[in-house]
Amino acid sequence: MTSVLSRAAPLSVDAQAWRWRHTGRSDWAVRGLDLRIEPGERVLLLGASGAGKSTLMHALAGVLGGDEEGESEGRLLVGDADAARARGQVGLVLQDPDSQVVLARVGDDVAFGCENMGVPREETWLRVEQSLRAVGLNLPLQHPTSGLSGGQKQRLALAGVLAMHPGLLLLDEPTANLDPDGVIEVRDAVARVLEASGSTLVVVEHRVDVWWPLVDRVIVLTPGGGVLADGTPDDVLRREGRALAASGVWVPGYPPQYPSRLRRPGERLLFTDGLAIGRSAALQSGIDLAVRAGECVAITGPNGVGKTTLGLTLGGLLPVIDGRVMAEGLAGGLGADPLRWKSRELVPRIGSVFQDPEHQFVSGTVAGEVAVGARAIGLSSDETARRIDPLLERLRLGHLTDANPFTLSGGEKRRLSVATVLVTRPPLLVLDEPTFGQDSRTWAELVAFLAELLDEGSSVIAVTHDVHLVDALADIELRMSRAGHRIESRVS
Amino acid sequence: MPTVDILTPRAGTAAIYRINPVAKLAATAVIGIALALSIDWVSASVALACEAVLFFFAGLGPRQFVRRTLPVVIASVFAATTILLYGRASGTSHWRFLLVNVTDGSIELSIATLLRVLAIGLPAVVLFVTVDPTDLADGLAQVLRLPSRFVLGALGGLRLVGLFAEDWKSLELARRARGIADSGRLRRFAGQAFALLVLSIRRGSKLATAMEARGFGSSIPRSWARESRFGGREWMLVALSFAIALAAVGSSVLTGHGNFLAGA
Repeated sequence: MTSVLSRAAPLSVDAQAWRWRHTGRSDWAVRGLDLRIEPGERVLLLGASGAGKSTLMHALAGVLGGDEEGESEGRLLVGDADAARARGQVGLVLQDPDSQVVLARVGDDVAFGCENMGVPREETWLRVEQSLRAVGLNLPLQHPTSGLSGGQKQRLALAGVLAMHPGLLLLDEPTANLDPDGVIEVRDAVARVLEASGSTLVVVEHRVDVWWPLVDRVIVLTPGGGVLADGTPDDVLRREGRALAASGVWVPGYPPQYPSRLRRPGERLLFTDGLAIGRSAALQSGIDLAVRAGECVAITGPNGVGKTTLGLTLGGLLPVIDGRVMAEGLAGGLGADPLRWKSRELVPRIGSVFQDPEHQFVSGTVAGEVAVGARAIGLSSDETARRIDPLLERLRLGHLTDANPFTLSGGEKRRLSVATVLVTRPPLLVLDEPTFGQDSRTWAELVAFLAELLDEGSSVIAVTHDVHLVDALADIELRMSRAGHRIESRVS
Repeated sequence: MPTVDILTPRAGTAAIYRINPVAKLAATAVIGIALALSIDWVSASVALACEAVLFFFAGLGPRQFVRRTLPVVIASVFAATTILLYGRASGTSHWRFLLVNVTDGSIELSIATLLRVLAIGLPAVVLFVTVDPTDLADGLAQVLRLPSRFVLGALGGLRLVGLFAEDWKSLELARRARGIADSGRLRRFAGQAFALLVLSIRRGSKLATAMEARGFGSSIPRSWARESRFGGREWMLVALSFAIALAAVGSSVLTGHGNFLAGA
């Protein structure tokens, strides 16, 4: 199977005083980058958010756009050619599984890149077969792409670029959106592919422990521009490990600090009785869960088993399929079923943060976004201001009050969506992947903040893949799988 | 969450599935144009009778046929009723009420309209139920030589439409969760529609980047992994559609009902 795959020669990368900025911005996204990556090297590219990692990846793939998108200085070479012309020799896999599937059938999707490169038909289908095998996607060519899991979609995207025989493979947070099983699936597929093709690899990922064994070089970019650290993984870890961890990089051997918890559960706020959840058919049934004040419940399990749906149901947003959600401890004069509360009655009682923060943004500025909830419950403008400022400071958004929510980084968006529900001070928070996209520093701050809220008597229901979050905060873990669910106490 | 995808490949064993969508498009156009230009009941009923025989080979079960074509049937009844009540009056008047005037002429026109909508609509629906969007794009680009950038771009974009419904539901729940879902239904709808637009543009630009990263839009001449064939079967379908059109128009002329719009 290696005959066709190994034909592509690995490519080098050369950055010579390269800088780039978006049209209309005064700051350079990347400035003064000097870097050489040898053919066949496997590089993990790190850096705090805003260090220009994604910009560099897009530039290397030749998809940064022309002069109308931004301006560049210096040189950026892939092999011997300008990176802008390297398209086709460079394979780029991006973060979002859903927006990388181009065609409706597995085989057609993998063939898409070959067609664009003018590869003859017989060879295209040969490459399709080999690429699918290389990423371990054993599906018929006619299989619809719509029903694939996140991990399968990412492996499909990988097969799609692989079929183009790239000399340079670029992975921009390829596993950020996946559950733990999906992460391993994709990592192993990449390992197999590199074994067979020998191509150069540059991977960007926050959770580096997954990729650490696979790479032979680690490069850390600084937000100011330039290279902070560069060397073998062991070297970088030994010399810069502490500094990297302090700057927010997730470094193996430097686990984030867990806050101390009082763990003094109070009265029962909400319970379920034979609850069955789902959008149309039941995904899970027979859930009997109780949440007390000051308690944190973690909902864990692979994608697609109904974790998000359960969160939305407990948050009074989706109807039950069967059974009951009773929130007498929160009702304060209303009926016990949170689904029947009015929208403005809901926000001071239960605060729900969605998986995709963008779904929840309704205002043009960060400060305006937080004020929405306050206005909904009729707070005075003085009181609103009193609540907003400390909240934004606490979540490191204080310098962004006038920014448009959509222009924030992924991690900032997530923290903003947490802030928007906290302003009405609901006793129960339902958070869907609250720590997604956080660097280790903002992670620790967010978790410490949640621990404080818990100690003050609020409750948190967190839907999460993040084992650190479960270890740090959860009193109860509700583990869901396709076969059913299990409720475990996490208090030793 | 399962994704709804309007591009989910259509597959079936019947021969009709393998016919090039461009031929189906052409056949529908031929019948449509011929019947649109004539407005009498004879041409429409002859066409409909011929088509009825062919529907047995359409690869649809009776239940599926009814379910898929129901909108056309309803539309035809609506159109016919409108013509019946308000159509051009001629001959004996049977019922008058305000603007309503049911006459011999409007009854005849109404029947002709009913048959015409069915004769144009039913084969269009039946033929396109068995069209796979990817095959259609292949045909448009390879057989009709439409620009591949345009055709494939549209095909890629079409895939995102299936995600709209999910986004809309999420936006609705999110507004309830933000405390702003109680009042101002119209304003909320407008805001939500705008948010959906923003989301879909962001999705679209992500997809465009992914497509570009795979060499889409480069200057290299594109190859086609799937050949879009236009052979005997396809010509046969087009010939059949011509035959139906000719039979329909011919019989209406021969029976003296010929009433071409062009000459009317």
